[in-house]
Amino acid sequence: MTLLDVENLWVQFPSRQGVFDAVRGVSFTLGRERLAIVGESGSGKSMTGRAILRLIRPPGIVTADQISLDGIDLMKKSEREMRDVRGQKISMVMQDPKFSLNPVMTIGQQIIEAYRLHNKVSKSAAFDKAIEMLEAVSIRDPERVMRAYPHEMSGGMGQRIMIAMMLIPNPEILIADEPTSALDVSVQGQVLSIIDKLVTDRGMGLIFISHDLNLVADFCDRVLIMYLGRIVEVCDAKNLHNAKHPYTQGLLNSLPRLSEPRRKLDVLNRNPAWSEAPSVSGRV
Amino acid sequence: MTMLNIENLSVWFGGGRDRVDAVRSANFHVNRGASFGLVGESGSGKSTILRAIMGLVPNWSGTISVDATPVGKKREKTFYKAVQMVFQDPYASLHPRHSVDQVLGETLYLHGFRDIDARVVKLLDDVGLGAKFRFRYPHQLSGGQRQRVAIARALAPEPSILLLDEPTSALDVSIQAEILNLLTDLRSEHGLTYVMVSHDLSVVGHMCESLAVMKDGEIVEIMDVETLRNAQAQHAYSKKLLAASI
Ligand SMILES: Nc1ncnc2c1ncn2[C@@H]1O[C@H](COP(=O)(O)OP(=O)(O)OP(=O)(O)O)[C@@H](O)[C@H]1O
Ligand SMILES: Nc1ncnc2c1ncn2[C@@H]1O[C@H](COP(=O)(O)OP(=O)(O)OP(=O)(O)O)[C@@H](O)[C@H]1O
Ligand SMILES: [Mg+2]
Ligand SMILES: [Mg+2]
Repeated sequence: MTLLDVENLWVQFPSRQGVFDAVRGVSFTLGRERLAIVGESGSGKSMTGRAILRLIRPPGIVTADQISLDGIDLMKKSEREMRDVRGQKISMVMQDPKFSLNPVMTIGQQIIEAYRLHNKVSKSAAFDKAIEMLEAVSIRDPERVMRAYPHEMSGGMGQRIMIAMMLIPNPEILIADEPTSALDVSVQGQVLSIIDKLVTDRGMGLIFISHDLNLVADFCDRVLIMYLGRIVEVCDAKNLHNAKHPYTQGLLNSLPRLSEPRRKLDVLNRNPAWSEAPSVSGRV
Repeated sequence: MTMLNIENLSVWFGGGRDRVDAVRSANFHVNRGASFGLVGESGSGKSTILRAIMGLVPNWSGTISVDATPVGKKREKTFYKAVQMVFQDPYASLHPRHSVDQVLGETLYLHGFRDIDARVVKLLDDVGLGAKFRFRYPHQLSGGQRQRVAIARALAPEPSILLLDEPTSALDVSIQAEILNLLTDLRSEHGLTYVMVSHDLSVVGHMCESLAVMKDGEIVEIMDVETLRNAQAQHAYSKKLLAASI
C-alpha cells in the first residue's frame, strides 16, 4: 500500500549566478517499508526529505507534480495545514539533532511538553513516560539527562533523544536523516530495533537517509541511489552489494575494510554522463 | 618520540546529584607521526578527552603533555598553532553568519599567514570542495560540505597534532575515502600526529596503528590494529564491540 507518492520533485535555489538545482525531478513511492536514500554528500538527500515536509527555507523553491500523502496532495496545503502534517503524520529526525532541540530548555521539559501535546496525561505520568523513552534508546542515566540541557549531551545522546521525541506522535511516516551516524554499533542496533518494530508492527513508512551502505543493505527494504539531484539507480537493499550503476559500485569500492588493509582508498572517478541521464523512477 | 602524553586524566561536570565523571584516570600516549584511535560506547567520554586536550572543559586533573611539555590551565597561542581539532558537530562549530571565505581567511590571518587568498583556494581544493564554495554561508551547505569546511579550518594553521572527532561520520563513503587519503598524505608529508574518534572500526583500522576502547568514562583496553583485525580483544566490552562490527 502506498503511503506517499512523490512525482517529479524539484528543489531550486536561485542566486546571482543562476539557479542551482539541488533536486532535479525525483519520483518515488513509499509504502509500509524501509526505504533508504543513499548518495554522496550534496546529492540532495536532505533536501528531498525536507521538501516533502515543505521545510525548504526561502529563497529555495519546491515544485512537484504531486507529493501525495494518503491520496491528498501536500503541495496544495496551506502553511497551517502543513503544520498539522508535520506534528502528526510525518516526523523528521534532522541531520543536526542538537540544532533541532531548544538550547534553553532542559531535555526533560522538552520531552514532557511534546508528550503532553499528543497525550492527555498528568505531568508526573508524562515524566515517567519520558524516563521510559530515554531508557528505550539506551540512555544510561535518564534522570540526570532529564535535568540537563542539549549542549551537555554527547553527539550520540543528542541523536537518540531526537529519535525518541520524533516517535511520540506515532507518525505514519518517519523521515530519518542520518539518524544513527554518531552511534556505536551496539547502541545503533537498539535504536534501529525500535524503529524496525514500528515499521513491522504498526505499518509505519520509513525514509532512511544514510551514507552507511552496509547498514542500509542490512536494515532497509529498498534503496534509492542519488547523484547530483537525481536518482541514478533503484534496487532491493539485499542486492545493494551487486549494484549495477558504476557510481554505486564506486561507492561500494571506496569503503575501508578491516580484513583488507591498504594504504590508500579507491576514490570515485565521476563521469559527467551520470548527471545527464534522466532520473530513474523509484515508484512501484 | 612521544608527541602527546595523557596521564591520569579525569574530567568532570556539574556537582551534587548532577555530577558526571565523564573521564576517569585515562592514560595513553601517541608518538610523533602516529595515529591513535578512540572508540567505544556513545556517551563514554571520547569527545570529552579531545576537548580536555584543547582546554575546553572547566574541570580536569592529571597531566596533558604536548611534545614533552605539560600544558597549563590556560593554553598559549602557540598551542593552538600546534594542536587543532575537528569537532563532532559541524553544525555547531561554524559561525552561521561567517562565509567559508571569512572562516578560513580569519583563521589564516590569526596564525600569521599573509598569502591568504592562495591558501584559502588551496585548502578548499584539498578537502574536495573547490573555489565555488568560497563565498557560501553554512546554511547553504549540506552536512558533509560543512564538515569539510571544518576540516579545512583545522588544517589552515598547519598544525602538528590534529584531533579528529568523528571526522567522516557526516560524509558519504566516496568523500570519506578522499578525506582519509588526504589525511594519510598529510601525515606522510608533514609527520602529523592524529587522535581520531570514530564509531566505525574499519575507519580506525584503516587510519590508526593503535586504539583505546572506552566505556562509561574509562579506557578499558588499549590495543594495536592487528589485535583489532584479528578480533583478539581482552576486555568483555571490547570483545562485544568487535564482534558486533565484523
Ligand atoms: N540555501 C542554499 N543555497 C544554495 N545551495 C544550497 C542551499 N542549501 C543547500 N544547498 C545545496 O543543495 C545541495 C543538496 O544539499 P543536501 O543538504 O540535500 O545534500 P545531502 O545529500 O543531504 O548531503 P550530505 O550527505 O552532505 O548531508 C548541496 O550541494 C548544497 O550545497
Ligand atoms: N558540558 C557538559 N555538561 C555536563 N555533562 C557533559 C558535558 N559535556 C559532556 N557531558 C557528559 O559527559 C559524558 C561523556 O560525553 P562525551 O561527549 O565525551 O561522549 P562521547 O564518548 O563523545 O559520546 P558520542 O559517541 O555519543 O559522541 C556524557 O554523559 C555527557 O552527558
Ligand atoms: Mg544531508
Ligand atoms: Mg562524541
